[in-house]
Amino acid sequence: MHLEDLAEKAAEFRAEEAAIQREVRVCMAASCQSSGSLAVMDALKDACGDGNGTCHVKGVGCMGLCSAGPLVAVADKDCGLDASLLYRDVTPNDAPDIMGSVCGAPVERLRCPTDQPFFARQHKIVLENSGIIDPDSFKNYVAAGGYAGMVRALSEMTPADVLREVTTSGLRGRGGGGYPTGLKWSTVAKMPAGQKYVICNADEGDPGAFMDRAVLESDPHRVLEGMAIAAYAIGANKGYIYVRAEYPLAVERLQTALRKAKRAGFLGNKIADTQFNFEIEIRLGAGAFVCGEETALMASIEGLRGQPRPRPPYPAESGLWGCPTLINNVETFANIAPIVREGGDWFASIGTERSKGTKVFALAGKIHNTGLIEVPMGTKLRDIIEIIGGGIPDDKSFKAVQTGGPSGGCIPDRHLDIPVDYDSLKTLGTMMGSGGMIVMDETSCMVDVARYFMEFCMTESCGKCIPCRTGTWQMHSLLDRIAKSQGTQADLALLEELCEVVQATSLCGLGQTAPNPVLSTLRYFRDEYEEKLQLPTS
Amino acid sequence: MTLQQAKPPLPSADTRWKLINATMRRNGYAGHALIETLHSVQDAFGYLDETSLRFVAASLDLPLSKVFGVATFYHIFMLKPKGRHTCVVCTGTACYIKGAGELLDGIQAHFAIAPGETSEDDRLSVLTARCVGACGLAPAAVLDGDVLGKQTSDTLTAKLEELD
Repeated sequence: MHLEDLAEKAAEFRAEEAAIQREVRVCMAASCQSSGSLAVMDALKDACGDGNGTCHVKGVGCMGLCSAGPLVAVADKDCGLDASLLYRDVTPNDAPDIMGSVCGAPVERLRCPTDQPFFARQHKIVLENSGIIDPDSFKNYVAAGGYAGMVRALSEMTPADVLREVTTSGLRGRGGGGYPTGLKWSTVAKMPAGQKYVICNADEGDPGAFMDRAVLESDPHRVLEGMAIAAYAIGANKGYIYVRAEYPLAVERLQTALRKAKRAGFLGNKIADTQFNFEIEIRLGAGAFVCGEETALMASIEGLRGQPRPRPPYPAESGLWGCPTLINNVETFANIAPIVREGGDWFASIGTERSKGTKVFALAGKIHNTGLIEVPMGTKLRDIIEIIGGGIPDDKSFKAVQTGGPSGGCIPDRHLDIPVDYDSLKTLGTMMGSGGMIVMDETSCMVDVARYFMEFCMTESCGKCIPCRTGTWQMHSLLDRIAKSQGTQADLALLEELCEVVQATSLCGLGQTAPNPVLSTLRYFRDEYEEKLQLPTS
Repeated sequence: MTLQQAKPPLPSADTRWKLINATMRRNGYAGHALIETLHSVQDAFGYLDETSLRFVAASLDLPLSKVFGVATFYHIFMLKPKGRHTCVVCTGTACYIKGAGELLDGIQAHFAIAPGETSEDDRLSVLTARCVGACGLAPAAVLDGDVLGKQTSDTLTAKLEELD
């Protein structure tokens, strides 16, 4: 199959919908479903009737502004299908009004302006289809230009060409570590031919992060396409998606996408009429945070307890069942198709010197606009929180933003003017992580926050290595004492010492980064710790 | 030639065992399908008991110790039966900052059920989750599979009160 054939197919799928005058998109991502978007969709379908095929109500993926859900977008042909009107907090009772409104006279009381910074300041690559296409529809994805990256790679490029594009793009791993993707792929590609695997890490365990979930729920084919391109580049024929069992909707949509891609000949044997074969299997996680660590994840796929092992050997040399294995995060794979489609140079033109492209962040906590955003790397943290996020509600003042989950740290107001990229965040003692941003206001106690994360690491420690198993427990009990105003100066000194030990001697990333929340809160909010210390009794 | 070991008989006439057998067959009775198989046991029976662990171990030709090790390692697997209703309170960071603790305190005060426990009349089990991914709706709880967003202690206890 050539690109022209695919383009023809896409045009055919678009033609099938030519009669549609009005498209009503209802957000069917997990967050809006929780706010009742299923009932809204049913009501809209009733109000739409059959409409002689001119009106079409469809479920789409995440539109971003979760706090205003259920969200509904209406696109009228008369006004141009691209210019859609967004409605917020829609209830089933609003359906007749929405369907009764005509182009140019929207239902004002429900309007959600899309020229506000939350929408206007975003730059969408990973989420380009999210909220527009029906995630369960293969035709929708192809009509929107889907699988063009894969067909281009298979029909016009050699594996080495693909590797070159990905390297040129400067893409770095979106799971948190920020390892250059091109380098990782090249290492696996250089291993002798034979059984190789591609794994998609969809075990989004960081509490407060839901980027991967949104991508899987909104545009699952994009992840499959990215994995297939990777498999072609490194010479693998089998892939696994390791996804959290806590995300049933994402699993369901992935299964549908897999089935449809296979039926269309875009997965399986002789993909797109070439000699390339690639199968993908879904593996469910079972609620263990440590399984986000690559060696633990592979153990879990093999049906074992998810415990990490020392590296090297790295998965690129000896991974799943001892074979060379490529592991990337969902968002990393979601960037691949656009890179192959538009070229590595295009991608490298976005972002900063050392962090290219865009990043999806999940905004949550004490902030007006909670939800999902995608911004170019290098956007100022202050812009994200105060302009895009709309600032802090209830007239409270900003205290800190936590990035990187239990492995990251808290950033205070005086450092908010830094650009968000891998390296700047590291200098502040935190990390990009997978992209969760939890905003805290003046009412949050930082010692309590540190204790919360330590409790998390303590219960999630797999118990294999002693520094992490015992160290997190000890640090938690010290933090607990300090938080209850029972700690002493000696406790604080011991806590700091333990932080260093656990950081330096733990086996895997979980233990090595477990002290980060404590260290960063100590660095910026030491006074809060000291206020809680007991005076030594003489 | 490897000898195919005879598969153990189904533990009872309960048709749900057939579902579990189907999962194992689909994966060619491979040992690495253990987690998948345990998921299907839990989906069918609600929890993992000794009978099912022994059956899975024998079917997949794995030591019982290994099956037990995996079942206890992962948080999602329950070794005790749950109540008729299950309420999972999310304790992810966003929910924590927005008051997940108060939701749990409210349940404790109202129904005297601590996280991980089931009420004496088997009506309700209360669990906590690390993050259900509904951070935009924090604090959130999942009641019998339905996510309830933006909860307060009062709204959640009222919802739980309504259960049969």
